[in-house]
Amino acid sequence: MEPNDELMNEKLNINRRHFFSKLSVGLGTVALGSLMIPGLFTRRGGLDADMPMLGVPHFAPKAKRIIYLFQAGAPSQLESFDYKPLLNERMGEDLPESIRNGQRLTGMTANQDQFPLVGSFTGFKQYGQNGTWISDYFPHIGKIVDEICIVKSMHTEAINHDPAITFFQTGNQNSGRPSMGSWMSYGLGNENQNLPAFVVLTSRGKGNSQGLYSKLWSSGFLDSKHQGVLLRSGKDPVLYLNDPDGISRSDKRMMLDKIADLNNQHYHRVHDEEIQSRIAQYEMAYRMQMSVPEVMNIKEEPESIIKMYGAEALIPGTFAANCLQARRLAENGVRFIQLYHQGWDQHGNLPNEMSKQALDVDQASAALVLDLKQRGMLDDTLVIWGGEFGRTNYCQGRFRPDNYGRDHHPRSFSIWMAGGGVKKGISFGETDEFGYNIIKDPVHIHDFHATLLHLMGIDHEQLTYKYQGRRFRLTDVAGNVVNDLIA
Amino acid sequence: MRLKHNLLLFGILGLLFLGIWQLARTNNSVSEQSNGADNLPEEISFNFHVKPILSDKCYACHGPDANKRKAGLRLDVEDAAKSELSENPGKFAIIPNESGKSELISRIYTEDESEMMPPPDSHLKLTDQEKNILKKWIEEGAEFEQHWAFIPAKKSELPKVRNQEWPKNEIDYFILNKIEKVGFDPSKLAPKEKLIRRLSLDLTGLPPTIEELKRFVLDNETFDYEELVEYYLAKPAYGERMTRDWLDVARYADSHGYQDDSYRTMWPWRDWVIHAFNENMPYNQFLTWQIAGDLLPNATKEQILATGFNRNHPITQEGGVIDEEYRSTYVSDRTNTLGKGILGLTLECAKCHDHKYDPFSQKDYFSIYAFFNNVNEKGLQMDAVQAKNRMYYADAPYITIEDEDLNGILSFINKKDTVKVNVMVMNDSAYRNAHVLARGNYDAPTDLVTASAPEAIVAFMDNFPKNRLGLAMWLTDEKNPLTARVYVNRLWAMIFGQGIVKTTEDFGSQGALPTHPELLDWLAVDFVEHDWDMKYLLKKMVTSATYQQSSVISPEMKKTDPENIYLARGPRFRLGAEEIRDYILTTSGLLNDEIGGPSVKPYQPPGLWEETNAGGNRGILTTYVPDTGDKLYRRSLYTFWKRTLPPPSMTIFDAPNRDLCEVRRQKTNTPLQALALQNDEQVLEGARFLAENITEHSSDNGEAITTMFNSILQRNPTDDELEKLLEYHETYLEKFSLDFENAEKLISVGQYEINTTDTAKTAALMMVAQVLYNLDETITKE
Repeated sequence: MEPNDELMNEKLNINRRHFFSKLSVGLGTVALGSLMIPGLFTRRGGLDADMPMLGVPHFAPKAKRIIYLFQAGAPSQLESFDYKPLLNERMGEDLPESIRNGQRLTGMTANQDQFPLVGSFTGFKQYGQNGTWISDYFPHIGKIVDEICIVKSMHTEAINHDPAITFFQTGNQNSGRPSMGSWMSYGLGNENQNLPAFVVLTSRGKGNSQGLYSKLWSSGFLDSKHQGVLLRSGKDPVLYLNDPDGISRSDKRMMLDKIADLNNQHYHRVHDEEIQSRIAQYEMAYRMQMSVPEVMNIKEEPESIIKMYGAEALIPGTFAANCLQARRLAENGVRFIQLYHQGWDQHGNLPNEMSKQALDVDQASAALVLDLKQRGMLDDTLVIWGGEFGRTNYCQGRFRPDNYGRDHHPRSFSIWMAGGGVKKGISFGETDEFGYNIIKDPVHIHDFHATLLHLMGIDHEQLTYKYQGRRFRLTDVAGNVVNDLIA
Repeated sequence: MRLKHNLLLFGILGLLFLGIWQLARTNNSVSEQSNGADNLPEEISFNFHVKPILSDKCYACHGPDANKRKAGLRLDVEDAAKSELSENPGKFAIIPNESGKSELISRIYTEDESEMMPPPDSHLKLTDQEKNILKKWIEEGAEFEQHWAFIPAKKSELPKVRNQEWPKNEIDYFILNKIEKVGFDPSKLAPKEKLIRRLSLDLTGLPPTIEELKRFVLDNETFDYEELVEYYLAKPAYGERMTRDWLDVARYADSHGYQDDSYRTMWPWRDWVIHAFNENMPYNQFLTWQIAGDLLPNATKEQILATGFNRNHPITQEGGVIDEEYRSTYVSDRTNTLGKGILGLTLECAKCHDHKYDPFSQKDYFSIYAFFNNVNEKGLQMDAVQAKNRMYYADAPYITIEDEDLNGILSFINKKDTVKVNVMVMNDSAYRNAHVLARGNYDAPTDLVTASAPEAIVAFMDNFPKNRLGLAMWLTDEKNPLTARVYVNRLWAMIFGQGIVKTTEDFGSQGALPTHPELLDWLAVDFVEHDWDMKYLLKKMVTSATYQQSSVISPEMKKTDPENIYLARGPRFRLGAEEIRDYILTTSGLLNDEIGGPSVKPYQPPGLWEETNAGGNRGILTTYVPDTGDKLYRRSLYTFWKRTLPPPSMTIFDAPNRDLCEVRRQKTNTPLQALALQNDEQVLEGARFLAENITEHSSDNGEAITTMFNSILQRNPTDDELEKLLEYHETYLEKFSLDFENAEKLISVGQYEINTTDTAKTAALMMVAQVLYNLDETITKE
């Protein structure tokens, strides 16, 4: 039997549907007239919420879940994790043509007649056992450097935000493909019967920001049950989650029982299994109404934890609050937790904006790693931190050493990862002393995706979905697992 | 040659076994696996048995893509497949009648991994049955056929049926013929009230009104079904319903998409589409105007407006992009939309390399691309901030809708104010050389190409002009085997829930095979013979006995035909996103049936645009301010469509985001849908409004509930249903009489002014309405 045989997938879907409808009969009976929700928050709670794709995992997974702290807008690697003192030494000098080597430029700097090199405004210090250089904007991340793996040799083809971020999230620069989290949900199923497998949280920094789009968490051509569910900080954490005013939980229960009763009557007239499936979805919705606010209620977190993440963790909608939220979701079996923090597009005013952006994320990002560790969850939770491309080593616009900007740079940039089977305390890949070109161990986005899937126990060449006659993969037709990153 | 193909195709299709085998295939059912090797078709059809295997498992390396071809072997062309293997002299992949000597056979049966085909690292594998089919095919002479969808359609004789009473028109002979062969009986006629509801939903996207029900079902003993069909086809709502589907094809939106996603004014084009459908414009003309209206002799402003079709694609407003990269993307988008939306082909697969499954080269792709390459446009015209400051909502080229147009040729445009409106359209005023682009990259032009369409479909005649008008002539040429088939199939899918070709977007080698090929062809030819008359075609479908069957599923049928491939019962499917919202507006009495005009902003959970925008000043779609008054209750096709964050009440029910052409929506069933139906302000307000009105007009509880049930479900409740709802209503009447505060809270939902004299009564009845709006039956066409 072939793991990725579409026929078998289809079979599985049919079975799944039948399974679900059988399940729903039982569930409905249990739930009728009962307010108790058995196994709320227990993973698998005695019932399989959603089955994984047949044959997956292809091998033993190292990570069970991913928390992706996406830094939207593209933070500068040169003021964070890729220390290039040469740029300070040669401040203001023109980027040598031999280094630029004909790289295409965005329309924002293509007309500049000079490309003055600009060094980091902020200082760098060495941290950890290997004396890793990290900028003064990120002292908390500096302190966990022995837990993380910095990849300094990421590269992409896209040079504008929309295609670049779309590429990172879906493996393709154009819209229409499923997001990473959707692929994981499709391949691995849902671990939890009260929450979706793939959730999204957004926050906004103070820097120049770029928009986000729902296509980034879309399931593309996969079944839409795999799409990311946006969890929001307001009173409706999931769209339409709250009952209307004037209605209590017991009213809602009575209403659902009445709906199920009438739906069942109709089922006995027309015999369509879809009706049973709908009854089951209403029960799942009812459970979500309990489980989502529960998981998002951080009031029960002790003060020590709030201290770790920073006082902002108490303000809903901040990056810090979302990091804490992410941990709680991870604890409750959510498989892919996607955060976006906007505001990293420093074409100008970089020193000022970047210090604020870093302040938003530094402490909470580090706290998340430490918090997962102290709970014994870091081993099987992969945390990723990074943006959609890097920034140029030369100044955009008029050159001033104390106030400059950097344009988009797809050719080399840095991200970091922690836990989930990734080596810790290492830096991987190298750029030249100008911080422009990769000189060792390049990692393309497809390689990055292949590696993530590998860590989750999936062979990226075997997780396919046939659509419009073609077998699609997250990694398209490319990608190699970067084995040197894996512990 | 062609005659032979057709005879072979249809002769074989008549046989019973094929039907069953076919069912197994289309279902992707597993019976194929368990049936094992012995259950082979008595006679092998290349198109229906062999080609799907070769295409799916072999063409990636031995197909049309010359660059990726391995061992010099190609299996998609007969001569090449039967030639001596260039890298294996003396050997042949296929020797007709001699499977023992055919290399193909030894390679697929071998256990030796170094010899095995498909190779293990491809992760592709042939089942035993597939191997045996290939073997049997070679033993029977290894005949090739042209791909079924490229053979021109022909009207065949109506098939013989035993039950002469049942058929109402030609469709039924084709359907019944198969039903009888597999030993089913057709289902009985659906009850009148079901039928009128089905018809109204299919043809207008709205449920029937109580008045319509009365007129056609209750008051009229001589129920005239044809009259009913004519009535719905003549309603202006028909044009809106048809437009709703076309907007997905045309990837219509009210925003530009991409990074900043600011405002655009394409809605007058949408008004034209509604108008065209309501005027019953023939499909060939409908296409011609949209593809090339500007190139028609003495083109009218209306014809030019129609070409907005090809400017509906996303346009970037991200400062700093490389102009040509995006211009090239737009040209590709038009090419891909032509493929998927009109021809039912995955043309985009041939953008970066030759198509791997269908006979289109990369050169073919760019020859079509060349038609769309001469628009006087830019990749980036203005960034979002500039566009906002200058109120620039349409990138050139565009036309301006003036007030005087509204008195004349463009009277169908619902232009409310006197501000002029610009609409993006096509022109050919910037001729550019078109090249094959290596790997599809805008900055890697190679060979020069001239505008043309693929010969593999049908020849692009010498007398066709080499521009979009010529392309439209080629598309609507009677000899084009795809255009009519694809559209007929899509309308079929709209009416019956799924296409005769299930993959409505792909008629190529990797697409599904038609379940009723002769019927599809008969309808396609008939459609063209009747001057591409859409209303005629729809009427043919909905007056068939097939359509009028009950959708009740017998236990036997649930086992043997769960997907209703044989159509021995009527369709039963969840309504689309727009139809669900419109259903609630209509049945509650809130609907504002005004046609056309600028898109409106109904209720939407607050904060969605604000949380994801680029920071406040980029463009004018950064904050969502809902409309007020009547504008809240327009039909959903007028709901403002922002691509990067489309209305959640639509996307939760599977509407696409409109970044790309889509022809088939998923039909999912999710907990988010359950939440939306329970808690969306619009549903609640509808429930309240209906409850209020009924409360005012009936004093008796049973009568009130029956009236509500009639309004929402368009049938009478059963005794048991009525009893249960009465009991439920009673509970809340009691509760709310004592708990006035919560009753008031409950009914205060929505902007519509509260107008009730009895709060408790209204609240209790509103609870009943919510139960009814959440029933599966309510949101299902059955």
